[in-house]
Amino acid sequence: MTRAFLSGNEAFAQGVRLSRVQVVSAYPITPQTTVVEALAGMAANGELNARFLHVESEHSALSAAIGASMTGARTFTATSSQGLLYMAECLVYASGGRYPIVMMNACRSTALPWNIYGDQRDSLLLADSGWIQIYAKDAQEALDLALIAYRVAEDPEVSTPCMVCLDGFTITHTYEAVDVPSQQQADAFLPPYRTSNRFDFEDPRNLAFSAGPETNYMFKKKEHEGMLRVFGALEKAEKDFNEIFSRSYSGALETFATEDAEVVVVTLGAVYGLVVEAVKSLRKQGIRAGAIRLRLIRPFPAGQLKEALSQVKHVAVLEKDISFGYEGAVLSWVRAAVQKGGLDLNVCGFVAGLGGKDIPEAYIEYAAKTALSGFNGTRFQGFDEEDL
Amino acid sequence: MSSPKLYEDKLPPIPFAPVFKAGYLTLSNQGWSEVIPVLESDKCNGCMLCALCCPDGAVRASGDKVSFERDFCKGCGLCVKACRKGAISLKAKE
Amino acid sequence: MALNAKNIPSDEPFLGHKACPGCGGALALRLALKILGPRAVAVLPAGCMSAVGFNFPQLCFSCNAAISTFAGTASMLAGIAAGFEAQGITDFKAVGFAGDGGTADIGLQALSGAIDRNDDILYICYDNEAYMNTGTQRSSLTPLGAATTTTPYGSAVKGNRLSKKNMFEIVTAQGIPYAATASVGYLPDFMKKVEEAAAIRGTRYIHVIAPCPTGWGVRPDETIEIAKAGVDCGLWYLAKSEYGATTLTRNPRVFTPIGDYLRAQKRFSGISEDDIEQLRKERDLKWSRLRGELGDAGLSGKGETRL
Repeated sequence: MTRAFLSGNEAFAQGVRLSRVQVVSAYPITPQTTVVEALAGMAANGELNARFLHVESEHSALSAAIGASMTGARTFTATSSQGLLYMAECLVYASGGRYPIVMMNACRSTALPWNIYGDQRDSLLLADSGWIQIYAKDAQEALDLALIAYRVAEDPEVSTPCMVCLDGFTITHTYEAVDVPSQQQADAFLPPYRTSNRFDFEDPRNLAFSAGPETNYMFKKKEHEGMLRVFGALEKAEKDFNEIFSRSYSGALETFATEDAEVVVVTLGAVYGLVVEAVKSLRKQGIRAGAIRLRLIRPFPAGQLKEALSQVKHVAVLEKDISFGYEGAVLSWVRAAVQKGGLDLNVCGFVAGLGGKDIPEAYIEYAAKTALSGFNGTRFQGFDEEDL
Repeated sequence: MSSPKLYEDKLPPIPFAPVFKAGYLTLSNQGWSEVIPVLESDKCNGCMLCALCCPDGAVRASGDKVSFERDFCKGCGLCVKACRKGAISLKAKE
Repeated sequence: MALNAKNIPSDEPFLGHKACPGCGGALALRLALKILGPRAVAVLPAGCMSAVGFNFPQLCFSCNAAISTFAGTASMLAGIAAGFEAQGITDFKAVGFAGDGGTADIGLQALSGAIDRNDDILYICYDNEAYMNTGTQRSSLTPLGAATTTTPYGSAVKGNRLSKKNMFEIVTAQGIPYAATASVGYLPDFMKKVEEAAAIRGTRYIHVIAPCPTGWGVRPDETIEIAKAGVDCGLWYLAKSEYGATTLTRNPRVFTPIGDYLRAQKRFSGISEDDIEQLRKERDLKWSRLRGELGDAGLSGKGETRL
């Protein structure tokens, strides 16, 4: 294990290297580029024993990754924003095909207007794609999630591709001190990829076929069940991770000071660090605040959220996303989990950070206080008096 | 190398992913055609051009002549046209 | 020894499919797979051949095979080649079978990328000159004057007004290691080209005219003879190219009349004399260039203007 000063992208690239990825196919797009550049540098130095495909588009990047996965190879790709949406057809292809590809998404705003800065509209737009979606909060978690993602995705009970989301620029390009594990540790945690879902010359297979009305729903049910088994697989993986790497993660969600909280701010990604600071400030002001970070967006941890909110009275959901014509996507899911869980509390949403807009700590305090007042709607950052 | 085979089990167990044993058939193409090729053996010189030209692989070597697979023949008639000896004709199925 | 009707492998790797009777595409695919053998890994995008061959539980390929995204045949093949290579497996034959739409339209970008990378794949375009699987819509490989459902003959517009794109010239312009044009009307020539391509590594492209009796408006038993007529009248040339250096594999002294070829097909029943004359002029100019009579760099795509 060594200690290094790395950006989130560089850290993730280390995780990919340690995962002994066999095929990398990616197309450049800001702010993903430096992860692919780091991998290319490693390949050029012989540190990464992978085939590197210079694909001519993002659609081809994921198509090629699917092809490689069909041969039983461990495969990686990465993208962002417009690139993620360009390959959208291939996302449902990979998840329906049950190929455990890991893709890093540098979460970035979507055009129009053009904007290269971080928000979460790209990944959240594809929440229904059938991919596991897990969000990191810092560079260390980014590195660790590369290994954990392969471990969970390739679990035969799961067999589902995994999107690891790093906030654009905030995580991808911010430098932090990171522990880089040894290859031995990584090998102890992540075994080679073995599957029957691939070509075989001894026993030839037909893959990626059509299934009509009589059988299609049966495949889809299995896909859904595979996704639901992620909770168990992630818990087991992180338990082993802690034993090998001495770093613990908390599964579907991370909580801070929620045990006695009256108001909780629910969020995802890097802004969680600031939310924790805001919670500490609010506590000094006599407000019993808490924070929850959704690590998993899919599968959605409704049960775990219900448990964490069981004594809470007010919830503010802070997300860098809006589903036009309704409310933030994460807000909707949290609302539904609360209703499903039979909890009696108000849930309100704060659409913030769009297009890379800075979210100051004061805004988070304002969100918590607004939730405390019993507000049940949505507010847009920068339009604080308007209810939507 | 082998060929796809017709199996009795019309709906095998659903796999966890769209992956399955290659060449698993549950339906024949018998119902496609009301005619079937018939060989005049004496005229056949075993050149195998008919077998080459069949899009459905329904013409097979049989000794030094050919035979026709009812399960796969669609009655298109390309074998009739391919034969330079006029040894094949299409006849109504009984 | 040259492959022929008697020595071609007797296994049928593509069997039980639901293609129309007399399908030219099925014929081309079937023969190619027989030649490529059991180490073939076939990739097919949306189109006739995948639609008729891959409906669970009716799976018509006895070799390893998969359907790709429509635009991604060449990129999925690239990934397959890379995946095998990364695992130290070199004894495989990654082969794609895409239609004219899946190649010249939606699949062109990925194909160009594969050639650029020299991925070790064989890409076969079976060309029935329209989007036949979805009911005969125009593609960029539909000839001038052909009727399709999106280029019908009406009082204002007479059929397809655009010319057939030349895919052979496009791939050879990139300096592809091996490319060939072929036709199910000349099966020995096609089979030889599949064999030659299979023996080489790197990116290889074969473009085979595979008539669709349904969409062309000919009888199911006329597939091979109409394909032959298309070659004999010079509208389709049989050639091959190695790293951009092209040679003809058939150079007829005399062409049969274009009109006879066109009028044998219902899709050209409305074609005007002007269009036929246009096709004749394009054919003559194309053959002059092929035969080097214009004295230019000829066939490697250098300095030529498109007709």
